[in-house]
Amino acid sequence: MSEGIFDVDFMAWLETGAWIVIKILAIMLPLILAVAYTTFAERKLIGYMQLRVGPNRVGPKGWLQPIADTVKLIMKEIVVPSGSSKTLFVLAPVLFIGPSFAAWAVIPFDAGLVLADVNAGILYVLAMTSIGVYGVIIAGWASNSKYAFLGAMRSAAQIVSYELAMGFALVGVLMCAQSMNLGEIVLAQSGGLLQWFWIPLFPLLVVYWISGVAETNRAPFDMAEGESEIVAGFHVEYGGMAFSLFFLAEYANMILISFLTALMFFGGWLSPFEGYGWLDDITAWVPGTVWLLLKAAVFLFGLIWIRATFPRFRYDQIMRLGWKIFIPVTLVWLVVVAIWIKAAIWPFN
Amino acid sequence: MSFQIIVFYSFAAWLIFSALMVVSSKHSVKAALFLVLSFASASAIWLLLEAEFLAISLIVVYVGAVMVLLLFVVMMLDVDYAALRQGFVKKLPLALIISAIFLAVLYGFITSGQFSSDAYPVPQAKPADYSNIKALGRVLYDEYVIAFEIAAVILLVAIVAAIALTFRGRRNRKTQNINKQLQASKSNRLKVISMKPVIQETENANPQAEKKDAEVVPGETSASGEAGGDNESEGNNKTASGKEKTS
Repeated sequence: MSEGIFDVDFMAWLETGAWIVIKILAIMLPLILAVAYTTFAERKLIGYMQLRVGPNRVGPKGWLQPIADTVKLIMKEIVVPSGSSKTLFVLAPVLFIGPSFAAWAVIPFDAGLVLADVNAGILYVLAMTSIGVYGVIIAGWASNSKYAFLGAMRSAAQIVSYELAMGFALVGVLMCAQSMNLGEIVLAQSGGLLQWFWIPLFPLLVVYWISGVAETNRAPFDMAEGESEIVAGFHVEYGGMAFSLFFLAEYANMILISFLTALMFFGGWLSPFEGYGWLDDITAWVPGTVWLLLKAAVFLFGLIWIRATFPRFRYDQIMRLGWKIFIPVTLVWLVVVAIWIKAAIWPFN
Repeated sequence: MSFQIIVFYSFAAWLIFSALMVVSSKHSVKAALFLVLSFASASAIWLLLEAEFLAISLIVVYVGAVMVLLLFVVMMLDVDYAALRQGFVKKLPLALIISAIFLAVLYGFITSGQFSSDAYPVPQAKPADYSNIKALGRVLYDEYVIAFEIAAVILLVAIVAAIALTFRGRRNRKTQNINKQLQASKSNRLKVISMKPVIQETENANPQAEKKDAEVVPGETSASGEAGGDNESEGNNKTASGKEKTS
């Protein structure tokens, strides 16, 4: 390679690249660990809610259960069904898990503690969550199985419908924050518990939260899986690590939705007691990341609780909820919020 | 050759490759997926132009919504690909002529000077705090607000027209009446009645009870019919009246 082809400083380039990889790993590794223990938490919590004990055999009190599960899944064979489109069959889990991890690039964990400080952060997250549907559709189609295909069709219809409501809910957030950058959205909520966006945007919060459950294909919106109707839906033909990638991505998406709800409606890393005198003083030592993690954990618990509580929706009920209830509600509330902001009444003064 | 140029050429190559595969791949689902790939590479090139809002909207709108619906349709099509491929040689001359004309027109356009590098100078890099969302908003809602609103109305007309074309009025369909379902409450489905405890006498009572069951008095059945549900009254009648007798 002759000189002049790279007029950039190659070493500097390499160094930047290495730093980015380290930062990515610093997000990814805790995330994967969190995913593993979310599955454990879910089994335990649902167990207690149903008056069972949950997994308690592997390790002390069952704490090594996720590790055992991982080892089991790694050891299993991946069977590619005959008549399937092999490339797409292998590609589908990758396409599902890729976006669900990529979305974490713009999540701020504290002031300035973010991998990519993108101006259009909200939009990027929306784009990443909407790309995930390709994994489901391709998995369903490439499996060459009727059940998988039905699951993929259901999922495509569901995700497209709920994405609209979700997008409108995000429009409300960016109207209040006057920015699409997630860090600036959090900073726009500073001033304590009552300045967070959950008060002016309460209907949008509900819509966003429920659409989030629908987008992650979780119960009661797990039409795409529907094990009592279509076996396991789009991933019925997947086994071993290929299956566990779908599994991993679903839980990564759950955690992502919890984080986003905390960031956009509940003040992200900000302390709830900001400006509350002595309460603020005694909690001043708590780092912002801890507040964010606590808030996200509450919503993650909510997701698991919802799964344990509600029976699965019927397909026409899901479509009705998405198109006839959520989208009108968000459209009306956007107008309300616009007037609210222009009128400069509390909390927009 | 800077980093941007490497990125540009790799994504441009992807874009051209996937666009070629859209027209040449044998299966329509795969063609649609290659179209998705070409959208993604186009959006990466837009990102290089610092049009991040447009690039991400391309992903959200086209990749996330439009192509999902298109795939939805394409996957459900039952296409006989062998029949589609018939007569390829016969139609080839006509196809070649059409594509030659098209190519000539394209060549004329491109060499006319409108697309030369003089007409498009290298864009200057914007400062880091430049927000093209704000710039785009200003252009759309200030300068070209009327054109923007007219475009919105045209889209609305298209939506109404599409619905009007496909809507065929109320048909005699068996659809779910959601309002009725939501208004259903426990009180009009279920009625709890108090009954005396039933003690089954197993051996000698059974033949007699069954005999009596056959000659149930009409008054009795209507009385016990209230206790059971409306639909399953028959089954309930028998068991209820049978129990009454044994007690």
